[in-house]
Amino acid sequence: MKGHFQIKQMDINKLTEMARTIRRDVIEMTTAAGSGHPGGSLSAVDVVTVLYFKVMRHNPKDPGWVDRDRFVLSKGHAAPALYSALARSGYFPPEQLLTLRKMGSPLQGHPEMKRLQGIEASTGSLGQGLSIAAGMALAGKLDKKDYRVYVMIGDGESEEGQIWEAAMSSAYYKLDNLTAIMDYNSQQLDGWIKDIMDIEPVVDKWKGFGWHVIEIDGHNFHQIIKAIDEAMVTQGRPTMIIAKTVKGKGVSFMENNVEFHGMAPTREQMEVALKELVNVL
Amino acid sequence: MSCKRIYGMATRDAYGKTLVELGKENPDIVALDADLSKSTKSAFFAKEFKDRFFNMGIAEANMVSTAAGLAACGKVPFASSFASFLMCKAFDQLRMSVANPHLNVKVVGSHGGISIGEDGASQMAVEDVALACSLPGFVVLVPADEVATKALVRLAAQHVGPVYIRTGRPKAPIVYQAGAHFEIGKANILREGIDITVIANGLLIQEAIEAACICSEKGIDVRVIDMHTVKPVDVNVIVQSAQTTGAIVTAEEHLLSGGLGAAVSQIVAEHYPVPMEFIGLRDTYAESGTYEGLFRKYGLTAGHIVGKIEEALKRK
Ligand SMILES: Cc1ncc(C[n+]2csc(CCOP(=O)(O)OP(=O)(O)O)c2C)c(N)n1
Repeated sequence: MKGHFQIKQMDINKLTEMARTIRRDVIEMTTAAGSGHPGGSLSAVDVVTVLYFKVMRHNPKDPGWVDRDRFVLSKGHAAPALYSALARSGYFPPEQLLTLRKMGSPLQGHPEMKRLQGIEASTGSLGQGLSIAAGMALAGKLDKKDYRVYVMIGDGESEEGQIWEAAMSSAYYKLDNLTAIMDYNSQQLDGWIKDIMDIEPVVDKWKGFGWHVIEIDGHNFHQIIKAIDEAMVTQGRPTMIIAKTVKGKGVSFMENNVEFHGMAPTREQMEVALKELVNVL
Repeated sequence: MSCKRIYGMATRDAYGKTLVELGKENPDIVALDADLSKSTKSAFFAKEFKDRFFNMGIAEANMVSTAAGLAACGKVPFASSFASFLMCKAFDQLRMSVANPHLNVKVVGSHGGISIGEDGASQMAVEDVALACSLPGFVVLVPADEVATKALVRLAAQHVGPVYIRTGRPKAPIVYQAGAHFEIGKANILREGIDITVIANGLLIQEAIEAACICSEKGIDVRVIDMHTVKPVDVNVIVQSAQTTGAIVTAEEHLLSGGLGAAVSQIVAEHYPVPMEFIGLRDTYAESGTYEGLFRKYGLTAGHIVGKIEEALKRK
Protein backbone atom coordinates (compact mmCIF):
# COMPACT_ATOMS: atom_id res chain seq x y z
CA MET A 1 0.00 0.00 0.00
CA LYS A 2 3.06 2.22 0.01
CA GLY A 3 2.80 5.06 -2.45
CA HIS A 4 -0.90 5.07 -1.69
CA PHE A 5 -1.15 8.75 -2.55
CA GLN A 6 -0.30 9.73 -6.07
CA ILE A 7 1.61 12.99 -5.96
CA LYS A 8 1.16 14.94 -9.16
CA GLN A 9 2.61 18.37 -9.80
CA MET A 10 -0.95 19.57 -10.25
CA ASP A 11 -1.78 18.52 -6.70
CA ILE A 12 1.27 20.22 -5.33
CA ASN A 13 0.27 23.40 -7.11
CA LYS A 14 -3.22 23.19 -5.66
CA LEU A 15 -1.94 22.56 -2.16
CA THR A 16 0.49 25.46 -2.52
CA GLU A 17 -2.36 27.77 -3.46
CA MET A 18 -4.60 26.50 -0.68
CA ALA A 19 -1.86 26.91 1.89
CA ARG A 20 -1.37 30.49 0.75
CA THR A 21 -5.11 31.13 0.99
CA ILE A 22 -5.12 29.74 4.52
CA ARG A 23 -2.12 31.90 5.45
CA ARG A 24 -3.94 34.96 4.14
CA ASP A 25 -6.99 33.95 6.18
CA VAL A 26 -4.84 33.60 9.30
CA ILE A 27 -3.45 37.10 8.81
CA GLU A 28 -6.85 38.65 8.10
CA MET A 29 -8.58 36.82 10.93
CA THR A 30 -6.07 37.72 13.59
CA THR A 31 -5.86 41.30 12.39
CA ALA A 32 -9.66 41.61 12.49
CA ALA A 33 -9.75 40.04 15.94
CA GLY A 34 -6.91 42.24 17.18
CA SER A 35 -5.44 39.25 18.99
CA GLY A 36 -4.55 35.60 18.51
CA HIS A 37 -1.57 33.46 17.63
CA PRO A 38 -0.38 34.01 14.05
CA GLY A 39 3.14 32.57 14.47
CA GLY A 40 2.21 29.03 15.45
CA SER A 41 -0.75 29.08 13.07
CA LEU A 42 1.45 29.90 10.07
CA SER A 43 4.00 27.20 10.90
CA ALA A 44 1.22 24.62 11.00
CA VAL A 45 -0.50 25.59 7.75
CA ASP A 46 1.21 23.25 5.28
CA VAL A 47 0.61 20.11 7.34
CA VAL A 48 -2.98 21.13 8.05
CA THR A 49 -3.50 21.80 4.33
CA VAL A 50 -2.26 18.34 3.36
CA LEU A 51 -4.50 16.75 5.98
CA TYR A 52 -7.71 18.51 4.94
CA PHE A 53 -7.12 18.75 1.19
CA LYS A 54 -5.22 15.60 0.36
CA VAL A 55 -5.19 12.96 3.05
CA MET A 56 -8.21 12.84 5.30
CA ARG A 57 -11.52 11.19 4.55
CA HIS A 58 -14.05 13.69 5.76
CA ASN A 59 -17.32 15.16 4.60
CA PRO A 60 -18.15 18.78 5.37
CA LYS A 61 -21.78 18.03 4.58
CA ASP A 62 -21.83 15.30 7.23
CA PRO A 63 -19.42 16.34 9.99
CA GLY A 64 -20.67 13.55 12.31
CA TRP A 65 -19.98 10.76 9.79
CA VAL A 66 -18.79 7.95 12.06
CA ASP A 67 -16.17 6.61 9.65
CA ARG A 68 -14.44 9.94 9.08
CA ASP A 69 -10.77 10.47 9.78
CA ARG A 70 -10.25 12.78 12.73
CA PHE A 71 -7.85 15.64 13.33
CA VAL A 72 -7.15 16.96 16.81
CA LEU A 73 -5.32 20.26 17.07
CA SER A 74 -3.65 19.74 20.41
CA LYS A 75 -1.84 23.09 20.13
CA GLY A 76 -5.22 24.77 20.18
CA HIS A 77 -3.86 28.31 19.93
CA ALA A 78 -3.23 27.61 16.21
CA ALA A 79 -7.02 27.61 15.81
CA PRO A 80 -7.03 30.21 12.98
CA ALA A 81 -5.25 27.73 10.67
CA LEU A 82 -7.79 25.03 11.53
CA TYR A 83 -10.80 27.32 11.16
CA SER A 84 -9.60 28.43 7.77
CA ALA A 85 -9.04 24.84 6.62
CA LEU A 86 -12.56 23.95 7.78
CA ALA A 87 -14.11 26.95 6.04
CA ARG A 88 -12.17 26.34 2.83
CA SER A 89 -13.26 22.67 2.96
CA GLY A 90 -16.88 23.78 3.11
CA TYR A 91 -17.85 23.34 6.77
CA PHE A 92 -18.99 26.96 7.00
CA PRO A 93 -18.82 30.07 4.82
CA PRO A 94 -15.35 31.67 4.70
CA GLU A 95 -16.94 35.07 5.48
CA GLN A 96 -17.52 33.79 8.98
CA LEU A 97 -13.76 33.57 9.52
CA LEU A 98 -13.64 37.26 10.34
CA THR A 99 -15.83 36.69 13.40
CA LEU A 100 -12.89 34.97 15.11
CA ARG A 101 -12.86 35.72 18.86
CA LYS A 102 -15.97 37.93 18.67
CA MET A 103 -18.91 37.59 21.06
CA GLY A 104 -21.33 34.95 19.86
CA SER A 105 -19.01 33.51 17.22
CA PRO A 106 -18.50 29.74 17.06
CA LEU A 107 -14.88 30.57 16.28
CA GLN A 108 -13.66 30.75 19.85
CA GLY A 109 -10.13 31.87 20.71
CA HIS A 110 -9.28 28.18 21.08
CA PRO A 111 -11.24 25.35 19.39
CA GLU A 112 -14.41 24.13 21.11
CA MET A 113 -16.06 21.04 19.67
CA LYS A 114 -19.52 21.86 21.02
CA ARG A 115 -19.54 25.23 19.30
CA LEU A 116 -18.31 24.44 15.81
CA GLN A 117 -18.94 21.41 13.62
CA GLY A 118 -15.76 19.89 12.29
CA ILE A 119 -13.85 20.50 15.51
CA GLU A 120 -13.05 17.11 17.01
CA ALA A 121 -11.81 18.13 20.47
CA SER A 122 -11.80 21.15 22.73
CA THR A 123 -8.22 22.21 23.26
CA GLY A 124 -6.27 25.20 24.54
CA SER A 125 -4.87 23.76 27.70
CA LEU A 126 -1.70 22.33 26.20
CA GLY A 127 -0.80 18.67 26.60
CA GLN A 128 -4.18 16.96 26.31
CA GLY A 129 -4.81 16.45 22.60
CA LEU A 130 -2.55 13.47 22.10
CA SER A 131 -4.39 11.57 24.83
CA ILE A 132 -7.77 12.51 23.36
CA ALA A 133 -6.62 11.36 19.92
CA ALA A 134 -5.37 8.13 21.46
CA GLY A 135 -8.82 7.57 22.97
CA MET A 136 -10.35 8.04 19.52
CA ALA A 137 -7.86 5.61 18.04
CA LEU A 138 -8.68 3.08 20.78
CA ALA A 139 -12.39 3.44 19.99
CA GLY A 140 -11.59 2.84 16.33
CA LYS A 141 -9.79 -0.38 17.22
CA LEU A 142 -12.64 -1.52 19.48
CA ASP A 143 -15.20 -0.89 16.76
CA LYS A 144 -12.96 -2.42 14.08
CA LYS A 145 -13.24 0.75 12.02
CA ASP A 146 -10.54 1.85 9.64
CA TYR A 147 -10.67 5.57 10.25
CA ARG A 148 -7.37 7.23 11.12
CA VAL A 149 -6.70 9.79 13.81
CA TYR A 150 -4.29 12.68 13.29
CA VAL A 151 -3.09 15.01 15.99
CA MET A 152 -0.76 17.99 15.89
CA ILE A 153 1.26 18.90 18.96
CA GLY A 154 3.66 21.79 19.50
CA ASP A 155 7.33 21.44 20.27
CA GLY A 156 6.89 23.61 23.36
CA GLU A 157 3.79 21.61 24.21
CA SER A 158 6.01 18.54 24.33
CA GLU A 159 7.34 19.83 27.63
CA GLU A 160 4.02 18.79 29.21
CA GLY A 161 4.21 15.52 31.12
CA GLN A 162 0.90 14.29 29.76
CA ILE A 163 2.40 14.12 26.26
CA TRP A 164 4.77 11.44 27.48
CA GLU A 165 2.03 9.60 29.34
CA ALA A 166 0.18 9.43 26.03
CA ALA A 167 3.37 8.52 24.18
CA MET A 168 3.67 5.51 26.46
CA SER A 169 0.05 4.39 26.33
CA SER A 170 -0.35 4.84 22.56
CA ALA A 171 2.64 2.61 21.91
CA TYR A 172 1.54 0.12 24.55
CA TYR A 173 -1.89 -0.21 22.94
CA LYS A 174 -0.26 -0.44 19.47
CA LEU A 175 -2.28 2.43 18.03
CA ASP A 176 -1.06 2.24 14.44
CA ASN A 177 -4.19 4.13 13.41
CA LEU A 178 -2.80 7.18 15.22
CA THR A 179 -0.45 9.63 13.53
CA ALA A 180 0.99 12.56 15.45
CA ILE A 181 2.72 15.50 13.87
CA MET A 182 5.00 17.71 15.90
CA ASP A 183 5.14 21.25 14.58
CA TYR A 184 8.82 21.74 15.33
CA ASN A 185 9.18 25.47 14.82
CA SER A 186 11.82 25.62 17.56
CA GLN A 187 10.04 28.40 19.43
CA GLN A 188 7.56 28.54 22.26
CA LEU A 189 5.92 31.52 23.98
CA ASP A 190 8.86 32.94 25.87
CA GLY A 191 11.47 32.34 23.18
CA TRP A 192 13.57 29.59 21.60
CA ILE A 193 12.87 26.09 22.91
CA LYS A 194 16.58 25.42 23.48
CA ASP A 195 16.83 28.47 25.73
CA ILE A 196 13.77 27.59 27.81
CA MET A 197 13.44 23.82 28.09
CA ASP A 198 15.15 21.90 25.35
CA ILE A 199 13.29 18.85 24.07
CA GLU A 200 16.27 17.31 22.25
CA PRO A 201 17.12 14.59 21.38
CA VAL A 202 13.47 14.42 20.43
CA VAL A 203 13.70 11.71 17.78
CA ASP A 204 15.42 9.40 20.23
CA LYS A 205 12.78 10.17 22.82
CA TRP A 206 9.87 9.11 20.59
CA LYS A 207 11.79 6.10 19.33
CA GLY A 208 12.53 5.20 22.90
CA PHE A 209 8.82 5.33 23.67
CA GLY A 210 8.19 2.80 20.91
CA TRP A 211 6.94 5.04 18.13
CA HIS A 212 7.79 4.96 14.45
CA VAL A 213 9.46 8.32 13.84
CA ILE A 214 9.84 10.21 10.58
CA GLU A 215 11.67 13.51 10.22
CA ILE A 216 10.60 15.88 7.50
CA ASP A 217 10.59 19.46 6.31
CA GLY A 218 7.12 20.52 7.44
CA HIS A 219 6.78 22.98 4.59
CA ASN A 220 7.51 20.46 1.82
CA PHE A 221 4.29 18.93 0.49
CA HIS A 222 6.04 15.93 -1.06
CA GLN A 223 7.64 15.08 2.25
CA ILE A 224 4.46 15.62 4.28
CA ILE A 225 2.41 13.37 2.01
CA LYS A 226 5.11 10.69 1.89
CA ALA A 227 5.43 10.69 5.65
CA ILE A 228 1.68 10.28 6.16
CA ASP A 229 1.77 7.48 3.60
CA GLU A 230 4.48 5.76 5.55
CA ALA A 231 2.49 6.16 8.76
CA MET A 232 -0.51 4.51 7.08
CA VAL A 233 1.44 1.36 6.30
CA THR A 234 3.26 1.20 9.61
CA GLN A 235 1.81 -1.60 11.67
CA GLY A 236 1.77 -2.24 15.38
CA ARG A 237 2.85 1.20 16.52
CA PRO A 238 1.87 4.83 16.20
CA THR A 239 3.84 7.23 14.05
CA MET A 240 5.33 10.56 15.05
CA ILE A 241 6.16 12.89 12.21
CA ILE A 242 8.68 15.46 13.37
CA ALA A 243 7.97 18.34 11.01
CA LYS A 244 10.69 20.99 11.00
CA THR A 245 8.94 24.27 10.46
CA VAL A 246 9.42 28.00 10.74
CA LYS A 247 7.25 29.98 13.12
CA GLY A 248 5.49 32.73 11.18
CA LYS A 249 6.21 30.91 7.89
CA GLY A 250 5.33 32.86 4.75
CA VAL A 251 5.51 36.39 6.10
CA SER A 252 9.04 37.78 6.11
CA PHE A 253 8.78 39.90 9.23
CA MET A 254 6.99 37.20 11.19
CA GLU A 255 9.34 34.34 10.41
CA ASN A 256 11.27 33.25 13.48
CA ASN A 257 9.97 36.35 15.25
CA VAL A 258 8.70 35.22 18.64
CA GLU A 259 6.86 38.52 19.08
CA PHE A 260 4.20 37.14 16.76
CA HIS A 261 3.57 34.08 18.90
CA GLY A 262 0.61 35.75 20.54
CA MET A 263 0.31 39.15 18.89
CA ALA A 264 -1.91 40.07 15.96
CA PRO A 265 -0.55 42.09 13.04
CA THR A 266 -1.55 45.73 12.73
CA ARG A 267 -3.54 46.88 9.70
CA GLU A 268 -0.34 48.10 8.06
CA GLN A 269 1.46 44.86 8.80
CA MET A 270 -1.50 42.97 7.39
CA GLU A 271 -1.25 44.85 4.09
CA VAL A 272 2.43 44.02 3.77
CA ALA A 273 1.84 40.39 4.70
CA LEU A 274 -1.01 39.94 2.23
CA LYS A 275 1.21 41.31 -0.56
CA GLU A 276 3.75 38.64 0.26
CA LEU A 277 1.07 35.96 0.17
CA VAL A 278 -0.38 36.60 -3.26
CA ASN A 279 -1.34 33.45 -5.13
CA VAL A 280 0.78 33.31 -8.27
CA LEU A 281 -0.79 30.44 -10.12
CA MET B 1 -32.10 1.82 57.80
CA SER B 2 -31.99 1.28 61.53
CA CYS B 3 -30.73 2.87 64.71
CA LYS B 4 -28.45 -0.09 65.09
CA ARG B 5 -25.62 -0.15 62.62
CA ILE B 6 -25.39 -3.18 60.34
CA TYR B 7 -22.44 -3.18 57.98
CA GLY B 8 -22.91 -4.23 54.37
CA MET B 9 -20.76 -4.13 51.30
CA ALA B 10 -18.30 -1.30 50.61
CA THR B 11 -19.60 1.09 47.97
CA ARG B 12 -16.51 0.47 45.85
CA ASP B 13 -17.37 -3.25 45.70
CA ALA B 14 -20.93 -2.40 44.76
CA TYR B 15 -19.52 -0.21 42.00
CA GLY B 16 -17.33 -2.97 40.59
CA LYS B 17 -20.20 -5.46 40.57
CA THR B 18 -22.60 -3.03 38.93
CA LEU B 19 -20.08 -2.14 36.26
CA VAL B 20 -19.85 -5.80 35.27
CA GLU B 21 -23.66 -6.01 34.99
CA LEU B 22 -23.71 -2.87 32.89
CA GLY B 23 -20.90 -4.20 30.73
CA LYS B 24 -23.04 -7.22 29.88
CA GLU B 25 -25.96 -5.03 28.92
CA ASN B 26 -24.14 -2.38 26.92
CA PRO B 27 -21.17 -3.29 24.70
CA ASP B 28 -20.21 0.39 24.44
CA ILE B 29 -19.28 0.56 28.12
CA VAL B 30 -15.51 0.54 28.58
CA ALA B 31 -13.43 1.00 31.71
CA LEU B 32 -10.10 2.63 32.42
CA ASP B 33 -8.00 2.66 35.55
CA ALA B 34 -4.66 4.04 36.65
CA ASP B 35 -3.07 1.06 38.37
CA LEU B 36 -5.61 0.94 41.17
CA SER B 37 -8.16 -1.43 39.66
CA LYS B 38 -7.83 -3.86 42.54
CA SER B 39 -8.74 -1.07 44.94
CA THR B 40 -11.38 0.75 42.90
CA LYS B 41 -12.85 -2.64 41.91
CA SER B 42 -12.79 -1.91 38.22
CA ALA B 43 -10.77 -5.14 38.28
CA PHE B 44 -14.08 -7.02 38.29
CA PHE B 45 -14.81 -5.49 34.89
CA ALA B 46 -11.26 -6.09 33.68
CA LYS B 47 -11.59 -9.77 34.46
CA GLU B 48 -14.88 -10.10 32.62
CA PHE B 49 -14.19 -7.82 29.66
CA LYS B 50 -10.49 -7.92 28.97
CA ASP B 51 -10.79 -6.15 25.60
CA ARG B 52 -12.85 -3.31 26.97
CA PHE B 53 -10.62 -2.50 29.91
CA PHE B 54 -7.61 -0.22 29.65
CA ASN B 55 -5.13 0.02 32.43
CA MET B 56 -3.38 3.30 31.70
CA GLY B 57 -0.71 2.91 34.31
CA ILE B 58 -0.06 5.57 36.92
CA ALA B 59 -1.04 8.41 34.61
CA GLU B 60 -4.34 9.94 35.65
CA ALA B 61 -4.23 12.92 33.28
CA ASN B 62 -3.73 10.73 30.24
CA MET B 63 -6.47 8.39 31.45
CA VAL B 64 -9.06 11.16 31.65
CA SER B 65 -8.27 12.67 28.25
CA THR B 66 -8.18 9.21 26.68
CA ALA B 67 -11.61 8.57 28.16
CA ALA B 68 -12.73 11.81 26.53
CA GLY B 69 -11.53 10.59 23.14
CA LEU B 70 -13.36 7.29 23.63
CA ALA B 71 -16.53 9.16 24.56
CA ALA B 72 -16.17 11.41 21.51
CA CYS B 73 -16.39 8.22 19.42
CA GLY B 74 -19.52 6.90 21.12
CA LYS B 75 -18.09 4.79 23.95
CA VAL B 76 -19.31 5.13 27.54
CA PRO B 77 -16.07 5.17 29.51
CA PHE B 78 -15.91 4.68 33.26
CA ALA B 79 -12.52 5.98 34.47
CA SER B 80 -11.58 5.17 38.04
CA SER B 81 -8.78 5.74 40.50
CA PHE B 82 -8.53 6.96 44.06
CA ALA B 83 -10.69 10.08 44.29
CA SER B 84 -7.72 12.09 45.51
CA PHE B 85 -5.50 11.36 42.51
CA LEU B 86 -8.23 11.33 39.95
CA MET B 87 -9.71 14.68 40.87
CA CYS B 88 -6.51 16.47 41.82
CA LYS B 89 -4.04 15.17 39.22
CA ALA B 90 -6.47 15.19 36.33
CA PHE B 91 -8.51 18.26 37.20
CA ASP B 92 -7.49 20.28 34.15
CA GLN B 93 -8.22 17.26 31.97
CA LEU B 94 -11.66 16.95 33.56
CA ARG B 95 -12.15 20.64 32.88
CA MET B 96 -10.95 20.87 29.27
CA SER B 97 -11.16 17.34 27.86
CA VAL B 98 -14.45 16.40 29.54
CA ALA B 99 -16.51 19.24 31.05
CA ASN B 100 -16.01 21.89 28.40
CA PRO B 101 -17.16 19.64 25.52
CA HIS B 102 -19.71 17.98 27.89
CA LEU B 103 -18.55 14.48 26.95
CA ASN B 104 -20.19 11.33 28.23
CA VAL B 105 -17.41 10.32 30.63
CA LYS B 106 -18.10 8.71 34.00
CA VAL B 107 -15.44 9.46 36.58
CA VAL B 108 -15.35 7.23 39.63
CA GLY B 109 -13.23 8.19 42.62
CA SER B 110 -12.88 5.47 45.20
CA HIS B 111 -11.47 5.93 48.68
CA GLY B 112 -13.43 9.12 49.16
CA GLY B 113 -13.15 10.85 52.51
CA ILE B 114 -11.14 10.03 55.62
CA SER B 115 -12.75 6.67 56.37
CA ILE B 116 -9.97 4.98 54.38
CA GLY B 117 -8.12 5.21 57.70
CA GLU B 118 -4.57 3.99 58.02
CA ASP B 119 -3.15 5.13 54.68
CA GLY B 120 -3.26 8.72 55.85
CA ALA B 121 -3.87 12.14 54.37
CA SER B 122 -2.16 11.75 50.99
CA GLN B 123 -4.68 9.08 49.98
CA MET B 124 -7.76 10.78 51.47
CA ALA B 125 -9.95 12.78 49.13
CA VAL B 126 -11.48 15.60 51.15
CA GLU B 127 -11.90 18.07 48.27
CA ASP B 128 -13.10 15.80 45.43
CA VAL B 129 -16.77 16.73 45.67
CA ALA B 130 -15.97 20.45 45.62
CA LEU B 131 -13.76 20.01 42.57
CA ALA B 132 -16.37 17.93 40.76
CA CYS B 133 -19.15 20.39 41.63
CA SER B 134 -17.09 23.22 40.17
CA LEU B 135 -17.14 21.61 36.72
CA PRO B 136 -20.07 22.96 34.65
CA GLY B 137 -22.48 20.25 33.54
CA PHE B 138 -21.16 17.54 35.84
CA VAL B 139 -23.54 15.41 37.89
CA VAL B 140 -22.01 14.61 41.30
CA LEU B 141 -23.11 11.50 43.18
CA VAL B 142 -22.19 10.30 46.68
CA PRO B 143 -23.93 6.97 47.37
CA ALA B 144 -24.37 5.72 50.93
CA ASP B 145 -24.47 1.96 50.64
CA GLU B 146 -24.63 -1.02 48.32
CA VAL B 147 -28.20 -0.53 47.15
CA ALA B 148 -27.65 3.18 46.57
CA THR B 149 -24.42 2.59 44.66
CA LYS B 150 -25.93 -0.03 42.40
CA ALA B 151 -28.86 2.22 41.57
CA LEU B 152 -26.83 5.37 41.09
CA VAL B 153 -24.09 3.77 38.97
CA ARG B 154 -26.81 2.40 36.73
CA LEU B 155 -28.43 5.84 36.49
CA ALA B 156 -25.04 7.39 35.77
CA ALA B 157 -24.61 5.02 32.82
CA GLN B 158 -28.01 6.02 31.45
CA HIS B 159 -27.41 9.72 31.93
CA VAL B 160 -25.86 11.37 28.87
CA GLY B 161 -23.11 13.69 30.08
CA PRO B 162 -20.26 13.74 32.56
CA VAL B 163 -20.79 12.23 36.01
CA TYR B 164 -18.59 12.00 39.09
CA ILE B 165 -19.28 9.16 41.50
CA ARG B 166 -17.53 8.99 44.88
CA THR B 167 -17.17 5.55 46.42
CA GLY B 168 -15.67 4.53 49.73
CA ARG B 169 -13.20 2.00 51.01
CA PRO B 170 -14.76 0.53 54.20
CA LYS B 171 -17.80 -1.62 54.53
CA ALA B 172 -20.75 0.74 54.47
CA PRO B 173 -23.66 0.54 56.94
CA ILE B 174 -26.83 -0.67 55.26
CA VAL B 175 -29.28 2.17 54.74
CA TYR B 176 -31.55 0.94 51.97
CA GLN B 177 -33.60 -2.17 51.31
CA ALA B 178 -33.27 -3.73 47.88
CA GLY B 179 -35.53 -2.06 45.36
CA ALA B 180 -35.36 1.41 46.92
CA HIS B 181 -36.11 4.15 44.43
CA PHE B 182 -33.42 6.53 43.17
CA GLU B 183 -33.43 9.44 40.79
CA ILE B 184 -30.50 11.69 39.93
CA GLY B 185 -31.17 15.09 41.48
CA LYS B 186 -33.92 13.87 43.76
CA ALA B 187 -33.06 13.35 47.42
CA ASN B 188 -34.48 10.49 49.45
CA ILE B 189 -36.30 11.30 52.68
CA LEU B 190 -35.24 8.52 55.03
CA ARG B 191 -37.04 9.63 58.17
CA GLU B 192 -39.80 12.16 58.67
CA GLY B 193 -39.52 14.74 61.45
CA ILE B 194 -40.82 18.19 62.29
CA ASP B 195 -38.24 19.88 64.55
CA ILE B 196 -35.15 19.98 62.37
CA THR B 197 -33.69 18.43 59.19
CA VAL B 198 -30.36 16.67 58.82
CA ILE B 199 -29.15 16.51 55.23
CA ALA B 200 -26.26 14.12 54.72
CA ASN B 201 -24.73 11.70 52.22
CA GLY B 202 -22.29 8.82 52.04
CA LEU B 203 -21.20 7.33 55.35
CA LEU B 204 -22.67 10.30 57.21
CA ILE B 205 -26.17 8.97 56.49
CA GLN B 206 -25.84 6.26 59.13
CA GLU B 207 -24.44 8.81 61.59
CA ALA B 208 -27.41 11.07 60.86
CA ILE B 209 -29.87 8.24 61.40
CA GLU B 210 -28.28 7.34 64.72
CA ALA B 211 -28.32 11.02 65.69
CA ALA B 212 -32.04 11.11 64.93
CA CYS B 213 -32.54 8.04 67.13
CA ILE B 214 -30.69 9.69 70.03
CA CYS B 215 -32.70 12.90 69.56
CA SER B 216 -35.97 11.05 69.48
CA GLU B 217 -35.27 9.84 73.02
CA LYS B 218 -34.78 13.50 73.97
CA GLY B 219 -38.10 14.41 72.39
CA ILE B 220 -36.56 16.04 69.28
CA ASP B 221 -38.14 14.90 66.03
CA VAL B 222 -35.50 14.87 63.28
CA ARG B 223 -36.08 14.60 59.56
CA VAL B 224 -33.21 12.79 57.76
CA ILE B 225 -32.49 13.27 54.09
CA ASP B 226 -30.02 11.46 51.84
CA MET B 227 -28.71 14.05 49.37
CA HIS B 228 -26.95 11.46 47.22
CA THR B 229 -26.84 13.93 44.33
CA VAL B 230 -24.80 16.96 45.38
CA LYS B 231 -25.19 18.38 41.88
CA PRO B 232 -27.80 19.13 40.68
CA VAL B 233 -28.88 19.50 44.31
CA ASP B 234 -32.56 18.88 45.13
CA VAL B 235 -33.78 22.44 45.63
CA ASN B 236 -37.37 21.47 46.39
CA VAL B 237 -36.59 19.18 49.27
CA ILE B 238 -34.23 21.73 50.80
CA VAL B 239 -36.70 24.60 50.61
CA GLN B 240 -39.52 22.44 51.86
CA SER B 241 -37.38 21.21 54.78
CA ALA B 242 -36.44 24.77 55.69
CA GLN B 243 -40.09 25.77 55.63
CA THR B 244 -41.46 22.86 57.62
CA THR B 245 -38.68 22.18 60.12
CA GLY B 246 -37.13 25.65 60.43
CA ALA B 247 -33.51 24.52 60.91
CA ILE B 248 -31.01 22.40 58.98
CA VAL B 249 -27.82 20.54 59.80
CA THR B 250 -25.70 19.17 56.96
CA ALA B 251 -23.20 16.33 57.38
CA GLU B 252 -20.53 15.20 54.95
CA GLU B 253 -17.19 13.39 54.89
CA HIS B 254 -15.50 16.29 53.09
CA LEU B 255 -14.10 19.75 53.67
CA LEU B 256 -16.81 22.29 54.42
CA SER B 257 -15.66 24.33 51.43
CA GLY B 258 -17.57 23.59 48.27
CA GLY B 259 -19.29 20.36 49.25
CA LEU B 260 -22.77 19.35 50.39
CA GLY B 261 -23.07 21.93 53.17
CA ALA B 262 -22.06 24.73 50.84
CA ALA B 263 -24.56 23.61 48.20
CA VAL B 264 -27.43 23.34 50.69
CA SER B 265 -26.67 26.64 52.42
CA GLN B 266 -26.66 28.43 49.09
CA ILE B 267 -30.20 27.22 48.40
CA VAL B 268 -31.33 28.04 51.93
CA ALA B 269 -29.86 31.56 51.78
CA GLU B 270 -31.45 32.16 48.41
CA HIS B 271 -34.93 30.78 49.08
CA TYR B 272 -35.75 30.49 52.77
CA PRO B 273 -33.08 31.42 55.33
CA VAL B 274 -33.18 29.36 58.53
CA PRO B 275 -30.47 28.57 61.12
CA MET B 276 -27.94 26.05 59.80
CA GLU B 277 -25.07 24.08 61.31
CA PHE B 278 -22.43 22.09 59.47
CA ILE B 279 -20.65 18.80 60.04
CA GLY B 280 -17.49 18.22 57.97
CA LEU B 281 -13.77 18.87 57.98
CA ARG B 282 -12.93 22.41 59.02
CA ASP B 283 -10.00 23.59 56.92
CA THR B 284 -7.82 20.63 57.76
CA TYR B 285 -6.45 17.38 56.37
CA ALA B 286 -6.85 14.25 58.46
CA GLU B 287 -4.27 11.61 59.39
CA SER B 288 -3.70 7.88 59.80
CA GLY B 289 -6.03 6.09 62.17
CA THR B 290 -9.09 3.91 62.29
CA TYR B 291 -12.28 4.89 60.53
CA GLU B 292 -14.13 5.22 63.85
CA GLY B 293 -11.24 6.96 65.61
CA LEU B 294 -10.91 9.51 62.82
CA PHE B 295 -14.64 10.17 62.74
CA ARG B 296 -14.47 10.90 66.48
CA LYS B 297 -11.41 13.10 66.22
CA TYR B 298 -12.65 15.08 63.23
CA GLY B 299 -16.18 15.53 64.46
CA LEU B 300 -18.14 13.29 62.10
CA THR B 301 -20.05 11.00 64.49
CA ALA B 302 -23.72 10.76 65.41
CA GLY B 303 -22.82 12.40 68.73
CA HIS B 304 -21.35 15.41 66.93
CA ILE B 305 -24.46 15.68 64.79
CA VAL B 306 -26.63 15.67 67.94
CA GLY B 307 -24.52 18.55 69.26
CA LYS B 308 -25.06 20.55 66.09
CA ILE B 309 -28.79 19.77 66.14
CA GLU B 310 -29.03 21.23 69.65
CA GLU B 311 -27.08 24.35 68.64
CA ALA B 312 -29.26 24.91 65.60
CA LEU B 313 -32.44 24.46 67.65
CA LYS B 314 -31.27 27.14 70.10
CA ARG B 315 -31.07 29.58 67.18
CA LYS B 316 -34.51 28.72 65.83
C1 LIG C 1 -1.24 24.13 29.92
C2 LIG C 1 -0.92 25.41 29.24
N1 LIG C 1 0.08 26.18 29.71
C3 LIG C 1 0.38 27.35 29.11
C4 LIG C 1 -0.33 27.79 28.04
C5 LIG C 1 -0.02 29.14 27.41
N2 LIG C 1 0.60 28.96 26.09
C6 LIG C 1 -0.09 29.10 24.95
S1 LIG C 1 0.82 28.78 23.58
C7 LIG C 1 2.21 28.50 24.52
C8 LIG C 1 3.49 28.11 23.86
C9 LIG C 1 3.32 26.88 23.04
O1 LIG C 1 4.49 26.56 22.37
P1 LIG C 1 4.46 25.50 21.19
O2 LIG C 1 3.77 24.28 21.63
O3 LIG C 1 5.85 25.34 20.70
O4 LIG C 1 3.52 26.17 20.11
P2 LIG C 1 3.95 27.06 18.87
O5 LIG C 1 5.32 27.63 19.14
O6 LIG C 1 3.95 26.16 17.73
O7 LIG C 1 2.91 28.12 18.76
C10 LIG C 1 1.93 28.66 25.87
C11 LIG C 1 2.91 28.50 26.95
C12 LIG C 1 -1.39 26.97 27.59
N3 LIG C 1 -2.17 27.33 26.56
N4 LIG C 1 -1.65 25.79 28.18
